[in-house]
Amino acid sequence: MITNKKPRSSDTDSIYMKDDRTEMSEDDDRSPSPNSITHDSRPTRTYTTGSGPGTGPGSSSVPEYLAPCPDQVLENVLENVLLFLTSRKDRNAASLVCRSWYRVEALTRSDLFIGNCYAVSPKRATSRFTRIRSVTLKGRPRFADFNLMPPNWGAHLAPWVSAMALTYPWLEKVHLKRMSVTDDDLALLAESFSGFKELVLVCCDGFGTSGLAIVASRCRQLKVLDLIESEVSDDDVDWISYFPDTGTCLESLIFDCVECPIDFDALERLVANSPSLKKLRLNRHVSMGQLHRLMAQAPRLTHLGTGSFSPSEDVGQGEQGPDYVSAFAACKSIVCLSGFREIIPDYLPAINPVCANLTSLNFSYANVSAEHLKPIISNCHKLQIFWVLDSICDEGLQAVAATCKELRELRVFPFEAREDIEGPVSEVGLQAVSEGCRKLQSILYFCQRMTNAAVVAMSKNCPDLVVFRLCIMGRHRPDHVTGEPMDEGFGAIVMNCKKLTRLAVSGLLTDRAFAYIGKYGKIVRTLSVAFAGDSDMGLKYVLEGCPRLQKLEIRDSPFGDAALLSGLHHYYNMRFLWMSACNLSNQGCQQIAQALPRLVVEVIKHEDNLDMDENVDTLYMYRSLEGPRDDVPRFVSIL
Amino acid sequence: MSPEDGSKLLESDAASVSFKETELTLGLPGESRGLALIEKTSGKRGFSETVDLNLGRSSNVDSDHKKYSGESETDVQNMAKPPAAKAQVVGWPPVRAYRKNAMKGCKYVKVAVDGAPYLRKADLEMYNSYQQLLNALQDMFSCSNFTIRNYLNERAVTSQEVNNGVEYVPIYEDKDGDWMMLGDVPWKMFVESCKRLRLMKSSEAIGFAPRTPSKCSSSN
Repeated sequence: MITNKKPRSSDTDSIYMKDDRTEMSEDDDRSPSPNSITHDSRPTRTYTTGSGPGTGPGSSSVPEYLAPCPDQVLENVLENVLLFLTSRKDRNAASLVCRSWYRVEALTRSDLFIGNCYAVSPKRATSRFTRIRSVTLKGRPRFADFNLMPPNWGAHLAPWVSAMALTYPWLEKVHLKRMSVTDDDLALLAESFSGFKELVLVCCDGFGTSGLAIVASRCRQLKVLDLIESEVSDDDVDWISYFPDTGTCLESLIFDCVECPIDFDALERLVANSPSLKKLRLNRHVSMGQLHRLMAQAPRLTHLGTGSFSPSEDVGQGEQGPDYVSAFAACKSIVCLSGFREIIPDYLPAINPVCANLTSLNFSYANVSAEHLKPIISNCHKLQIFWVLDSICDEGLQAVAATCKELRELRVFPFEAREDIEGPVSEVGLQAVSEGCRKLQSILYFCQRMTNAAVVAMSKNCPDLVVFRLCIMGRHRPDHVTGEPMDEGFGAIVMNCKKLTRLAVSGLLTDRAFAYIGKYGKIVRTLSVAFAGDSDMGLKYVLEGCPRLQKLEIRDSPFGDAALLSGLHHYYNMRFLWMSACNLSNQGCQQIAQALPRLVVEVIKHEDNLDMDENVDTLYMYRSLEGPRDDVPRFVSIL
Repeated sequence: MSPEDGSKLLESDAASVSFKETELTLGLPGESRGLALIEKTSGKRGFSETVDLNLGRSSNVDSDHKKYSGESETDVQNMAKPPAAKAQVVGWPPVRAYRKNAMKGCKYVKVAVDGAPYLRKADLEMYNSYQQLLNALQDMFSCSNFTIRNYLNERAVTSQEVNNGVEYVPIYEDKDGDWMMLGDVPWKMFVESCKRLRLMKSSEAIGFAPRTPSKCSSSN
């Protein structure tokens, strides 16, 4: 007989039904690439099988022969099949088939993805999934990055690492985003997991070089140590020197965000002792001369972050200096370049030898002009990912459009992040990119002025767009040619880009823009709104029209309680909703909290405004199996 | 932080009208949408969290913390001000503090001194005026005995050991490849166009007349 009981709760699976991607910058549904998952190919249980009467010595743990019931055989077979399921979506679906499948799926899952660390407790997660090798945890909401939330809000790693230390002795990988990580957490991690291989910290804080030193010295199997846009305090510890002198298995070492100086000799030794090293991203304290020496030690690098890309203080006048061109020519495997933190543009041509092979180039910290860029970019025919500063101007973007026909992702950051300046890039650059880079999938574009026409053009020229994030830095700025709101442009994007899942809007927008989004944005999962809309209708359109919406972040827009209430049917399907400086009242939020008991409704106040009053400064709400968290700071009240 | 932001808050009405036309439209023509918005959203908080945000200068969590908690004081001040004021807003544009911090210190130029065998590097973003830059150059090359003729004030910036001081004239190469005297253009414009600096011996500065606005080609 096959049992057919449904598992306890489909809520739990929706918590684990997360987006997946090997990089953390976007969320989407793509399955991870096979080599990012460790498969446990050993059978996870020993069952007695119907192999014949009697069992030989050592064949199984059960001394007697027990005829297995069909259920057990099924489960055994199922295990061996489910081992190969990698996509979270597939696994979550499989776990809903029946109790047996639920159990087996839990046993065979090796990657745990928790999109909101407060949606489920460490205990619950570690009880259900007992054989995890890789954990991904995300903490703070994204708007916290822009100072919209006081520090010490939460997202502490500590309870997670404590629980995992007990239940996952074979843990190999930890990927964290926007979590608070202390040195003690890192120490516990290093001590508890003897086979630990991979630590990736994106936008994290709370730790310092002493924590890094512990990881470096204790994690002897460490292959990946990636610190990305994290804040690392300088404890005056020379952490690089804590890696073992005898050699490491390091494949990736990314520390460009670490602002502390490092001991170069220790770094050089480390690189020399790390024969598997493929990815190396240096911080800005590494000079060009030092880079040159490191490149000589690691000619097989595929990903290089070049550090400061300027010479150290004393360079002989009239001397050539080291031959940087040859250094780059020798590194034939480089496909990804970044760094250039303090670039002196004269040195840029040194990278020419690798341009033809580059698939990813990050100039987003390099203050270079169009004139500097053009000779370089004209060789980058294979470029797929390009991050750059707007210092290259529309002219630079035109050069990109002319050459980079394979471009998939473009990010144009502002050199000066202000509202009241002229701005070097505009609709001209956007139009050019749309015409030249037809395969574009993801764009982030900061500008001071824009037109609907250019946005419409992009919607038609780039049908593969999955991510469209336009930030017109002047608040409420209309189409600067027609004076119209930007409704039509964004409308065209949701209408024409059938694959669009992530959208960020800006400029002058009426409720009409939201009507378009609600009508056409049927697969939009992430929406970011700032200084937009006229009335509650705007938010209503979105909440009623976008069934796939998972993450909604809104600031400074005139949406009130009525709009909030219109989303009651949907909030359990979302990861979170953020609304700050809108028109919400305590009463409205209270209604939501009462109607939806599995929602945690946090009202975050400014630290100097802790009186309860009717206006809600910031609402952050998310589904959770655990109810109110127990680490709430005093400026947060949970309704 | 540049003083320009502060002064915008005190614009005259006439200036603010034309400013409004060219820069910010708070709503569709004819609507007082912007004002209505401010009334609606202002309870304890103003529509714009009006902290004078040192974009590009803020560097650590402490200062962020202060900014965040310092909001309400400036809120009260700014609610009395005209809503068209281009006040800075917390977290807008949405660029992470990390990236903003990395942008400061982004304009490095080589500094060459005639007769010295070594080049130095100077970050023009670190200074707010010619005087600061000259002082820094003075410090940078303090091992040499020299004075930099300060054409701005007709006053020589002297080093400590002044006995055998050789006078140097600071010049820079601009975007067009021309060598220019320091001080002729506004500081910001200079930062933008300067490609490299050279401290040329006064004795060689024949082709450069003091305070000449027109371009001179390099005597080398």
